[in-house]
Amino acid sequence: MLELRSITAGYERRAPVVRDASLTLAPGTSLGLLGPSGCGKSTLARVAALLHRPDAGTVTVDGQRATGWRHRAPRAQRTAIGVVFQQPRLSADPRLRLSELIAEPLRATGRRSDLTAHVGELARTVGLTGELLGRRPHEVSDGQLQRACLARALVLRPRWLVCDEMTAMLDASTTAALVAVVEEYRREHGAGLLAVGHDRVLLERWCDRTVRWTEITGAG
Amino acid sequence: MTTPAPPVPPTGPVEPVVSVEPALLARSVPPVLSVRGLGVRFRMRGGRHIAAVTDAGFDLAAGECLALVGESGCGKSVLASALLGLLPGNAQTTGSAVLDGIDLLAADERTLARTVRGRRVGLVPQSPAAHLTPVRTVRAQLEETVRELTGTRGREPHRAAEAAADRAAFPAGHLDRYPHELSGGLAQRAATALALIGDAPLLLADEPTTGLDRDLVDRTADELRRHADEGRALLLITHDLAAAERIADRVAVMYAGRIVELTDAQRFFGERGPRHPYARGLLDALPERAFTPIPGLPPELGELPAGCAFAPRCPRATDLCATTPPFTDGLACHHPRESTDESPEESPEERSDERPDESAEETVRA
Ligand code: SF4
Repeated sequence: MLELRSITAGYERRAPVVRDASLTLAPGTSLGLLGPSGCGKSTLARVAALLHRPDAGTVTVDGQRATGWRHRAPRAQRTAIGVVFQQPRLSADPRLRLSELIAEPLRATGRRSDLTAHVGELARTVGLTGELLGRRPHEVSDGQLQRACLARALVLRPRWLVCDEMTAMLDASTTAALVAVVEEYRREHGAGLLAVGHDRVLLERWCDRTVRWTEITGAG
Repeated sequence: MTTPAPPVPPTGPVEPVVSVEPALLARSVPPVLSVRGLGVRFRMRGGRHIAAVTDAGFDLAAGECLALVGESGCGKSVLASALLGLLPGNAQTTGSAVLDGIDLLAADERTLARTVRGRRVGLVPQSPAAHLTPVRTVRAQLEETVRELTGTRGREPHRAAEAAADRAAFPAGHLDRYPHELSGGLAQRAATALALIGDAPLLLADEPTTGLDRDLVDRTADELRRHADEGRALLLITHDLAAAERIADRVAVMYAGRIVELTDAQRFFGERGPRHPYARGLLDALPERAFTPIPGLPPELGELPAGCAFAPRCPRATDLCATTPPFTDGLACHHPRESTDESPEESPEERSDERPDESAEETVRA
């Protein structure tokens, strides 16, 4: 299970952007979290991905309560969760070639050699091949870069995926393609998904269950 | 425009004249923007060329909204930059884009800066935050733009700024705020007010709804539509088909630098649907429709395949598609889908001569 209990979080203690938010995700299931921009849902997504320490509340990943965040999160927990953000350009190191970008998490975990073939296979899965993989972020389109960021999120075979407005900048066909990649991965690996977004039609089509921001927060 | 009348000869029959009149009128009103054979190529290192836009053509009339849709990298933003004279130095253009007697492609920078940008073309930008100066209030930016555009001083800029804010539905009470003090919606309106301030006959909106919440998309789109209804020509460049459906009169679909279909928006989004396989694929990708992606990726503009650039991804491609389909009657495709009026999904006489895997495609779409 991925459980968030009574999370309060933000950037200034006195003005949290998330107040008393709770949600539970069972393995292999998908949950759409629907809310307007600025409501705090991206902050909650970062908490769920262990990238932002909440001011109060607990996150439990597969029965283990999270105690560290960002690079202080224990490796086993950190690698159990893959995350994709809205703006690929803000989350991609501009110096890396796409193939290096996809393999980035492998370097951090020191599992380089045995998984190079895996990188190529993943790249194909997200539709990136050949010469494109040798390019740097400024040489590809937003859609191509987001494909690489999704592959990066999958490269450690996470049990949980957090997609924060993954397709908000993308055209309809790229959106459908990336969602299909996520769903194929989930079928194969039984991974759970938290998809955060503002597009009701998209989330309802994509996820098993969709909840509104106001339904999961105390302040609502 | 306000007085329609070819004089009716007193002796002439009244009825025929009345029935002919609208057609005459439509033809006699010149378009605000007339684009013919527009091409943009970028010269790259090593003598390579990238054909970002090839042979684009359309007319846009006052009061009309044309949506230019396509995937990112299809050339639609380059086309917009060409119309604004904002192409980088390594760009070569062909064709013409005539606005109010000025060919935007041939005009020099001085003409563009003094008479085109802001005056004849108002740009509603993709990211209002990037378009507004962070250290100055909205009022200061509007007034300065008025002074730049009109050379007026004193009370006039003040008045014009408030009028433009009003037209863009930007609340007067917020004029003295800085951009970071505005919500996303208000920042978008502030940017729109800037675009409106020179009273340009052509509004060019470049991805104005990207990243906005649905209700804000709808509001932004509706406001743009209102500006068209007030008599401006509106070119909406977007990958957001929902926004296009909401406000466009006509839709131009771009793929790999070419306009592949140009059609009436009602037909495009309605029962009959588009005829070009790429356009159909884009619509079918929507979550409210089949949610099925078009297989593959768009081609690199530097290495376009010979013939139809969509062929590697097209379920209807045949050998003939190795030759470039000409753009005729609003369409560039050798095997368009000729929907019948009653039932676009079932037309038995259609394509009996084509490849066997076509039937699979039909099942997916049904
Ligand atoms: S010309 Fe051929 S390949 Fe191109 S869209 Fe039409 S059928 Fe498909």
